[in-house]
Amino acid sequence: MSVTTTAEGRIPATQQPDGGMRFMQTVRDRRGTLLFILTAILLLVVFPVAMSNFRLNLVGKYLTYAFVSVGLVICWGYGGILSLGQGVFFGLGGYCMAMFLKLEASDPISTKIQSTPGIPDFMDWNQITALPMFWRPFKSLLFSLGAIPLLPGLVALVVGSAMFKRRVGGVYFAIITQAVASILSILIIGQQGYTGGVNGITDLRTLHGWDIRSDSAKRLLYYLNAVLLLGSVYLGQRMLGSKLGRLLVALRDKEERVRFSGYDVANLKTFAFVFAAVMAAIGGAMFTLQVGFMSPSFVGIVPSIEMVIGVAVGGRISLLGAIYGTLLVNFAKTYFSERFPELWLYLIGALFIGVVMVFPNGLAGLRSVTGVSLRDGWRRLVRAVRGATGASARAAAAQGGAGATVEVSTGGMAMVSVGQLEGGPPDDDAAEARRAEGGSR
Amino acid sequence: MIGPASNYLLAVEGLTVSFDGFKAVDDLSFYVGRDELRAIIGPNGAGKTTVLDLISGRTQPSSGSIVFNGEELRNMREHEIVRKGIGRKFQTPSVYESLTVFENLEMSYPAGRTAFGAWAFKRTRAVVDKVHEVAEAVYLVDRLDDRAELLSHGEKQWLEIGMLLIQSPALMMLDEPVAGMSAPERERTAELLKRICQTAAVVVVEHDMEFVKRIAHRVMVMHQGKWLAEGSMEHVQNDPRVIDVYLGH
Repeated sequence: MSVTTTAEGRIPATQQPDGGMRFMQTVRDRRGTLLFILTAILLLVVFPVAMSNFRLNLVGKYLTYAFVSVGLVICWGYGGILSLGQGVFFGLGGYCMAMFLKLEASDPISTKIQSTPGIPDFMDWNQITALPMFWRPFKSLLFSLGAIPLLPGLVALVVGSAMFKRRVGGVYFAIITQAVASILSILIIGQQGYTGGVNGITDLRTLHGWDIRSDSAKRLLYYLNAVLLLGSVYLGQRMLGSKLGRLLVALRDKEERVRFSGYDVANLKTFAFVFAAVMAAIGGAMFTLQVGFMSPSFVGIVPSIEMVIGVAVGGRISLLGAIYGTLLVNFAKTYFSERFPELWLYLIGALFIGVVMVFPNGLAGLRSVTGVSLRDGWRRLVRAVRGATGASARAAAAQGGAGATVEVSTGGMAMVSVGQLEGGPPDDDAAEARRAEGGSR
Repeated sequence: MIGPASNYLLAVEGLTVSFDGFKAVDDLSFYVGRDELRAIIGPNGAGKTTVLDLISGRTQPSSGSIVFNGEELRNMREHEIVRKGIGRKFQTPSVYESLTVFENLEMSYPAGRTAFGAWAFKRTRAVVDKVHEVAEAVYLVDRLDDRAELLSHGEKQWLEIGMLLIQSPALMMLDEPVAGMSAPERERTAELLKRICQTAAVVVVEHDMEFVKRIAHRVMVMHQGKWLAEGSMEHVQNDPRVIDVYLGH
């Protein structure tokens, strides 16, 4: 083939290899980093300072749902795989944690009034006289901590590969995940002696001897939760920034093309689904630790759908947006249910419909909306400044030229390409503004 | 592999597929040599696209064999067939609209094809150079930074050809590559295909007779799931059965 290599000079910065200077990428990262830092400050400083222990614990509980949201953004928002059964994985993670805590709380001394001391109380009530086999490994903290991501991950792997290899997708996949959620919650409720039934596993006290019910423990768990969540977001951002992230988008838009480019689509989808499941499971385990119990009401269809609503409200392609959406939906749920016990379900529904109608991209969509208006405002300001300073500014701009260049190469970077990013006109405006600014100083 | 099939890149023998008793492709045999540019023409519903579907693994044949480079492709999954070296372009251009031209090509670069592989994938100098080389070949080097949705219909066709090209396939199957193209674009596509078939075999399904006449070494006319005629374009154009099918009754 007669192909000539392109001259170096023509390669725009975005097409540079990794490790080279990737201009827009850097700026996009910077903007993302800023929002990430703001969120970190909000979660780690503002909330703990501004809130009472009770409210903070409540926020901590909401933030455990945000793990599910982070997974859903990757799986649904990017990969286009809508799972209406994330409660399954949230629940499995939560139950793994709860089983360990329950066994620790059921030592023979504190359960000596039972007919069989040393087993969880609900088993005793159900005439079970020995600890069931599948409970035994959960005496080990290490095993339990390992089971929290691995067991739900394995379930997701089996369900996911079974479905995706058979090309089950879209609404059918969503319905099957719903069925799985329904089955698991029915199973848990039905097997009262082994699972605690509809009440769930309650009365959890200590984690390896450390009382998790004290105020200081709750505060510490809140921090642990927030740090893990921020870590998950970071991991998610790294993943979405890689080729895998683009591949998921490609998968969502043109599955057939991805398949005919030599990718095993079923494996990629299974990966995204397992990733989301593991995220949800970590959230579930943190829920159990902070709230002190786990029950089937977090496993079934309704909680699974509520988790999706949080993501839709926050913006399904924004990891941070999904966190805010989840917080908002849960705050609203608490507020509405306290104030309007009769109406709150309708109000939540209205919130969902309202946000999705006005901002199809969720709250994260707001960012670009305000971005545009901010830019317009900036341009208007620039014009005003230019008009006022007039010719003298232009003369000064010639002198200040050298200074301006330096500035553009450093701080100006962010400014310039935010405009580019949003498909706005080229950076003449921003550059001129900068010059005018430099001149008027 | 022993037998006549080994001399060819692709040997299709007795290929048949029936959908609910309707034989869309009926006992079809043909052989494609390396570096050959072959065209399949025929009226609507003749089964041309189905033949490509069968070779690329999108549809399972009811009977027959498809041997590529000495390997039987039946029962292989689509991505495995792609990895063996068969590229496929769809009838309507199928590109990733929300990604840039560069990213579209990079996505098709044959590396990092598993989930973890894609996560660890690095945009090395070799990848960038290859993308540029292919973009140059498909006339899109100036559009690398544009999102694919901004391309014209013809440019999307080129992009999709480029996405196959970057995988250096031994066989490219193109379903209507010049549909929706302007005359100059057709011209350039013809040049492109002539260049491609110096290093790979090309099978083109096309309606545009003028275009086929310009590029194809050999033309096969398909009608109701069977071959009607085969040979040079002049030959098949003068075949009374072909005239009959095309002008119709």
